[in-house]
Amino acid sequence: MTTSKPTKVILAKLGLDGHDRGIKVIAKALEKAGMDVVYMGMRVTPEQVVDRAQQEDADVIGISLLSGAHKPLMTRLMKVVDEREMRGETLILLGGTVPDGDREALEEIGIDGVFPVGSSLRDIEAFIKERLADGAE
Amino acid sequence: MTLYDRKATKKAQEAELAWEHDELRRTLERAPESQERFLTVSGREIDRIYTPADAPDLDYATDIGFPGAYPFTRGVYPTMYRARQWTRRQIAGFGTAKSTNERYKYLLAHGQTGLSTDFDHPTLTGYDSLHPLSEGEVGRLGVAIDTARDMSDLFDGIPIDKVSISLTINHPAIVLLSFLLAHAEKVGVPWETLRGTVQNDSLKEFHGQKTFALPPRGAYRMTMDVVEFCTHNVPNWNTISISGYHTREAGSTAGQEVGFTLAQGMAYVEGGLQRGLSPDEFGPRLSYFFGVHMDFFEEVAKLRAARRLWARIMKERYGATDPRAMLCRFHSQTLGSTLIREGALNNLIRGTTQAMAAVLGGTQSLHVSGYDEAHDIPSEDAMRMSLNTQRIIGNETGVANTIDPLGGSFFIEKLTNEIEEEALAYIRTIEDMGGGEGVLAGMFAAIENGYIEREISEAAFDYQERIEEHAYKVLGLNEHEEDSVPPPELYEHDDDEEERQIERLEAVIHERDSARTEAALEALRQAARGTENTMPFILDASRADATEGEIMGALRDVFGDHEDPGIF
Repeated sequence: MTTSKPTKVILAKLGLDGHDRGIKVIAKALEKAGMDVVYMGMRVTPEQVVDRAQQEDADVIGISLLSGAHKPLMTRLMKVVDEREMRGETLILLGGTVPDGDREALEEIGIDGVFPVGSSLRDIEAFIKERLADGAE
Repeated sequence: MTLYDRKATKKAQEAELAWEHDELRRTLERAPESQERFLTVSGREIDRIYTPADAPDLDYATDIGFPGAYPFTRGVYPTMYRARQWTRRQIAGFGTAKSTNERYKYLLAHGQTGLSTDFDHPTLTGYDSLHPLSEGEVGRLGVAIDTARDMSDLFDGIPIDKVSISLTINHPAIVLLSFLLAHAEKVGVPWETLRGTVQNDSLKEFHGQKTFALPPRGAYRMTMDVVEFCTHNVPNWNTISISGYHTREAGSTAGQEVGFTLAQGMAYVEGGLQRGLSPDEFGPRLSYFFGVHMDFFEEVAKLRAARRLWARIMKERYGATDPRAMLCRFHSQTLGSTLIREGALNNLIRGTTQAMAAVLGGTQSLHVSGYDEAHDIPSEDAMRMSLNTQRIIGNETGVANTIDPLGGSFFIEKLTNEIEEEALAYIRTIEDMGGGEGVLAGMFAAIENGYIEREISEAAFDYQERIEEHAYKVLGLNEHEEDSVPPPELYEHDDDEEERQIERLEAVIHERDSARTEAALEALRQAARGTENTMPFILDASRADATEGEIMGALRDVFGDHEDPGIF
């Protein structure tokens, strides 16, 4: 990374899921870690997330899902990401109730990091910093 | 009269000073304590020891009293579990109504004594299974109910006049209850014989569960339409289960849980008064729902504090005279958010501890969350273990033999006082936001200005920070779990259930008399625009096989939509 421009993070919940405790804690933690955080709230569509990420030139998109609908909804999100040719440009993270067995399939469709319930805030911060630094090399 | 004689208290204080100066000082010089401050899960600082001096003004008769007598600190009934143990009510719901109906029959055969329905996200938020937003969520975390016919499938073969039923739904509560009443008509069960609860706590949706379907004022009106209609027509039905569970799950402290939840309760009482109902008429049908966290004594004290504070509010502030209207009867659930993925079987120990606190806190019914819920919705085996936890506590430990066994503990009484005061301070803050027009006005203001949501977020963050810093140690989360084994067989989601539900809904829409459905929906819109009670119109629409999404859609046409403000 070259200048002091803070890392821009777009956070959102897709679908109808109302469990927003985790994503709000993460929003606060990333903000305290010096990142520029936009939390779009719940019931946001994949299109709205990607639109916002483009407008804000976001470095990271973080999605929270505890509804079990992560496979169909993340597949739809990645479809929009591909349509806009943003794959590899923006770090795509997923947090929530994700069974271990689903992890591989999610990584295969292009999710850069999966953080199940119980993940550490520090690990998430470190992951973002590391991956963005790698990308900038 | 104070609980402890002043002279004796003074003597105890002198003895404590001497002990601090002598034994304690010498020990601390040799070996300091392991931490500088000892905190509860809610971040409350706890003293080394409690004595009568910690609650010098406590009066036995007016502050503690007897179970079944004002202010009900020790319990809501004179004989409590000696008459009948708490209701074992494990919530269940997944897939289609037919699948959940089978689980209900399994639970009833395995010692369950009441039913509780978990709905999927589309049903909770007032959308049909066919709606684009519902994709992937139909029947996923709860059962999908689109029409009154689904409700008939759900309770097929279950004697709804004998088994009490809890419908865990909020903004569309008026619709789902209407579906149930329509089913009762079909099977010839008079409404007067129905016993059960509909959650119907619209206000907590904006800071707790977040499965809102309508904006605050429209949703609140629907809640009160249910209260008013049932007071006159379904007299044994509990019209609101005023819920702190979801507020706690959202990360609140124990004090916030009591404060915000009782403020919700007060807002509903004020609504009833505005409609000309007497608190003695509808108060007895209001009940509560609390979460139970890991901090054992704090949780017991919290439940005692809620009971005493609610009784005082109903009697002193709202003028209830019937003792039944002063009772904070409540359901408890061990908190899903305390369940850890690593070493899932450890969650059995967590569930047992929390369930024990709920019982010592005097709960009326209990759900023990499944040990595998950090992975997926609970398996049949996990639900069986949850029921077994309740059976073992109830039958083998002897804790149900006497009432409020922790009452009179210096520590518990002090904590009970502290939580009551903290809760009351939150209620005052909320009331002040209403500009002197009562708690109802204050609640709307506190929801709209984001106060409650921000307070909860702060508490959630504070808790998470203590986990990150290892100030609060949780096995398998920030403490290494040596022998972690994968949980036994998890629940297997059947991906075809969504398709089945959609086909069923399409069939109902095809078969019904659509002119009749349309007319019922239009009549509902008219009623919602005015001031009439909407429930008779929603019942008509239910009988005409209108879908939940259509009925909620008609209400959205009138009240508008609600958007999450994204506060953190």
